[in-house]
Amino acid sequence: MTAAVEPPAGDDIVIAEPRLRVLIRHVVTTGWLLPSVALLVGLFIIPTGYAIYLGFTNLELLGQYAQTYSFTGFANLQRMVHDPTFWYSVKLTLIFVIGSGIIAQTVLGLGLALLAQRVNVVVRASVGAIVILAWVLPEITVAFIWYSFSQAGGTLSHIFGAPGSDLLSTVPMLVVCMANAWRGTAFSMLLLSAGLRNVPGEVDEAAQLEGAGYWRRLFTVTLPIMRPTLMINLLLITLATISDFTLIFAMTQGGPGNQTAILPVYMYIEAFQFNQLGYGTAIALTLVLIGAILSIAYIRQLRPELKDATP
Amino acid sequence: MSADQAVAALPETTDPVVVRRRRSAARPVLNVLMLVIGLVFLLPLLWLILASFNPRAGDSLALPHPFSILNYHLAFHAGAGAAIGNSLYLAGVSTVIATAVSTMAGFMLARRRIRFKGAFLVLILFLTGIPVTLLLIPTYQIFVSLAWLNSRFYTSIVLASMSVPFSIWLLKNFIGQVPREFEEAAAIEGAGEISILFRIVIPLIIPGILVSAILTFINSWGAFLIPLVLDANPADTPGAVGIYQFMSANGQVQFGQLAAYSVLFSVPVIILYLISSRWLSGGFSFAGGVKG
Repeated sequence: MTAAVEPPAGDDIVIAEPRLRVLIRHVVTTGWLLPSVALLVGLFIIPTGYAIYLGFTNLELLGQYAQTYSFTGFANLQRMVHDPTFWYSVKLTLIFVIGSGIIAQTVLGLGLALLAQRVNVVVRASVGAIVILAWVLPEITVAFIWYSFSQAGGTLSHIFGAPGSDLLSTVPMLVVCMANAWRGTAFSMLLLSAGLRNVPGEVDEAAQLEGAGYWRRLFTVTLPIMRPTLMINLLLITLATISDFTLIFAMTQGGPGNQTAILPVYMYIEAFQFNQLGYGTAIALTLVLIGAILSIAYIRQLRPELKDATP
Repeated sequence: MSADQAVAALPETTDPVVVRRRRSAARPVLNVLMLVIGLVFLLPLLWLILASFNPRAGDSLALPHPFSILNYHLAFHAGAGAAIGNSLYLAGVSTVIATAVSTMAGFMLARRRIRFKGAFLVLILFLTGIPVTLLLIPTYQIFVSLAWLNSRFYTSIVLASMSVPFSIWLLKNFIGQVPREFEEAAAIEGAGEISILFRIVIPLIIPGILVSAILTFINSWGAFLIPLVLDANPADTPGAVGIYQFMSANGQVQFGQLAAYSVLFSVPVIILYLISSRWLSGGFSFAGGVKG
């Protein structure tokens, strides 16, 4: 009678198993993997490939090009290059990602993480809870809150001293960036807190003994040590922000006019409001390309410290 | 990567934060500074809660004079109830599908030798980076030709697939860490393979399955773009789309009712986060099970 247990990996003892049992195991293994493979192929890989094709067609939502669309080569690409709204959208996307993501969230997150190291437990716990609560809320809720907050007569307009103005119309990108920063800071705060905890205390104390002041130590000792964490933080923020749709769309629908139409929103407008599915896909592909380029740039930034090994 | 997925991927730290005792007078200043920041963050949340209890809510911060739950009644009957029911369906079905599929795959990936396993895992990691915006239009086209549009069920499948790559990764790592000694001990005692699976392996895996399920549920609950595009049936409108439609309905914005709607929609997610954070930060410990 052979053992009913799979041979432990890496052991030298080989327990002979009957062919049938091995076959059954293979069938079961494949069977259990099949649903996920089917789902991933059907709803990820095939749509991705299809998207790469569709981006070069003239497919539309309605009308004659909905049924019989054709491959149009670089027509969409040419259209994009000559489309001023597209370039405006790219600029807005960069402002959104850099302004509200990279600058606001990272600075606030780092600030809160640094403060959290030194404040009273109660303060740390309560402020931390509030910041995290802002992050946990569904995106539509955040959109609604900030929409109301920035209306004429809304709280934000009171704070800015202009109770009569609809801030969402006058400074839409600013409001939208603030909303996104409010929502996203918690992530940076948590990630950078973890990073700070992993900075060895001895290095900082040594610098202190040498007479370095707080800010000097922060910039020349702590932050360089935290570089991998900072880079990963930036990478994740960038990827999340660059494809963010719900927040801006629910607040402004890309408006007023096109003033907040970052690329994902512009894609939706072109595809589902102007029926340009092919062109919309081309915009989406460009978005993914930009994201990929930025990701590679960040990952490259992680490498130099491997070269910093002392000779 | 969504917020909740990122939390699950955070490095686990078990040592407490070391608060340095500084003799400087800076500490009170720092406390005040952090409190001020906290207050700034609190304002929008405060408005939401106050407005939801205020039948005469406007868009400015005000204490509700008649403090009432009228808004909640109105919102519920004006569509919040139905919409939240739809969100429950979408999130529930997608969670069941995603968790079942991912657990099966994760188990096999963690426990069996498979050809091309490495490549498969890299592929999965890569898939987590593909944004919804790219998949939206081709999926829409595919659904058109399959006549799968305007269906809660097929929309749930799409939502499930959004969570599957990350769930597989999560479960594969989790299951991989379950010590094998339990199973080997049971085998030595003479237990059959099926018996081992059900009485030992599955109970140990449950925390991981729960975390994966909760994260998927939270992700699907707040879904906006996918249901917006794939399901135009008004009876199927989920919470997020419902709030959006309410917001952009013609006429005066009903701040109070919308605030109540938003609170109703957000509370389940907050509760789930509280529950799952206990699992996540508590660590997946197999306390007491392994000797030595």
